[in-house]
Amino acid sequence: MNIIVCVKQVPDTEAPIRITPDGSGIDETGVTLVMNYYDEHATEAGLRLREQFGGTVTLVSVGPERAKEALRTGLAMGADDAVLVSDPALNGADHLGVARVLAAVIKTLPHDAVICGKLSTDDNATTVGAALAEYLGLPQATAVAHLEVDAAGTGAVVHREVEGGVEVLAVPFPALLTVERSLNEPRYPSLPGIMKAKRKEIKTLTLENLGLAAAEVGAAAARTALVRLSPPPARKAGRMVEGDTEQAVAAILAFLVDEAKVL
Amino acid sequence: MGADIWVYIEHAEAAPKKVSLELLSCARSLSTELGGNIVAFVPGSKIDQVIAAVGSRGADIIYAAEHPLLDTYTTDGYAAVLADAVRAESPAIVLVGSTAQGRDLAPRVAARLGAGIVTDCATLAWRDGKVLATRPMYTRKAIGTVRVTGGGPCIAVVLPAMYPLPDADSPRRPEVRRRPVHLDGKAIRTSVREVKSVHRETIPLIEANVIISGGRGMKGPENFAILDDLARALGAAVGSSRPPVDSGWVPHDYEIGQTGKTVSPQVYLACGISGAPQHLAGMSGSKYIVAINKDPNAPMFQVADLGVVGDLFEIIPKLAEAVRKAKSQH
Repeated sequence: MNIIVCVKQVPDTEAPIRITPDGSGIDETGVTLVMNYYDEHATEAGLRLREQFGGTVTLVSVGPERAKEALRTGLAMGADDAVLVSDPALNGADHLGVARVLAAVIKTLPHDAVICGKLSTDDNATTVGAALAEYLGLPQATAVAHLEVDAAGTGAVVHREVEGGVEVLAVPFPALLTVERSLNEPRYPSLPGIMKAKRKEIKTLTLENLGLAAAEVGAAAARTALVRLSPPPARKAGRMVEGDTEQAVAAILAFLVDEAKVL
Repeated sequence: MGADIWVYIEHAEAAPKKVSLELLSCARSLSTELGGNIVAFVPGSKIDQVIAAVGSRGADIIYAAEHPLLDTYTTDGYAAVLADAVRAESPAIVLVGSTAQGRDLAPRVAARLGAGIVTDCATLAWRDGKVLATRPMYTRKAIGTVRVTGGGPCIAVVLPAMYPLPDADSPRRPEVRRRPVHLDGKAIRTSVREVKSVHRETIPLIEANVIISGGRGMKGPENFAILDDLARALGAAVGSSRPPVDSGWVPHDYEIGQTGKTVSPQVYLACGISGAPQHLAGMSGSKYIVAINKDPNAPMFQVADLGVVGDLFEIIPKLAEAVRKAKSQH
């Protein structure tokens, strides 16, 4: 089975971020950049399919040169190959542009399953996966929390969390899946894996290599643009109540009635 | 491009989803700047009850796209119907609720149409002929303002509970237009085997006005029963921070936070939740936050409008009692 996993490098969610003074983005100085953790789950899903069916897991990313580090994380987990599309003309590309670039790469590779994280933790857009499915002409299953591929590898039955329930969906392969955190527990890279990943050559492509023009996928084609980034409205600590249970109950009840007006 | 504002009406069990109705309010606020009609787009099969329920909520026109193959939601079926309709009618903007269905459908349709797409919008405005959206980014550590540029329709996926439910007694009587739907069964590649409804005595998180959430301080799965009881008294939903999920006390779909759901109810009652940034990422957009914790230094108190230092195992049952008493006196 030929499995493609899409990977994005993002700031570590555990660390605070600093917004640049002009609000144009975040200050990356000293920020730890990691593989988007939903993509770790996607990589794990790909590796498990390879263990079940044989084949290869190829990682694909779009980003600056430094995004190779995120790809190396996936290689250290056990992926076979990695491809990075890096081109200054992609600065200011929107999600549909990135999806088009990923599609152009994946079309050159055999693929039975294309797996993405459900979202990336930097811009939280939840957009690239389904858009990529469209550009590849593949059926999709998004936010997959449980995955069972049939013995012949011709399709899968997945569980998707929907409001108030679980949707059980049959999807034929080749297909695009985006995955939830609850799908699996990503493995840690092994020491030999890390050594191997360091030596592995990561193929780097430009838009020209893919036959794409900046006008089709770069900033000029983008339909959305970030105007500014601001800190979230600060919440102030409010009133504190310290007393016995009766006082606590009375204070909460009064708050629900008089201030929040939900009673 | 037209100036119409479309609202995609998601529905289940013959009733529109709450967020879809909220988007009719969002559409109304946009229409003061944009002009144009507010159009409720209702796809499905046997949708008369849904149409009736939408009818009194302020839409000018209802487009009904009815077909037996639209009986259950599939990406292929619904994307084809929505994309065809948008292509034919060219609205300025299509509003979609940020639900499992909305997030599955909207990017696919945007890619098909080359439409600008902005997701998880908290607010939407129309400025200088462009859509301007604000949305949480970087796990809610920042708010992004995003402008949709270029020509042609755009799609905005909007978070629940950001706009009020419109009154159900609008004097407008929308005109119902039935759109012809051409669908080939073969074009629908996935099939929904079943939707297992998870039985809860309390309401779903994203529809809740009040959310009661438990953290590590709940000490065990059995203790969530007191939150359930308070939720029943208040008509609230029950959620949790990550530790109870990781410990297997509650199912994964309870989780609120960076790796779970983002919620913004009127009131968020945090019980035994310390208030790690990962949890705040999912709930700090709540209108009011009430925190109960034994530890007076819990970071949750830094963001709570009302902080109660005390034993939640004593307070919660008594609070449920007091709520019931207060309600019976109304």
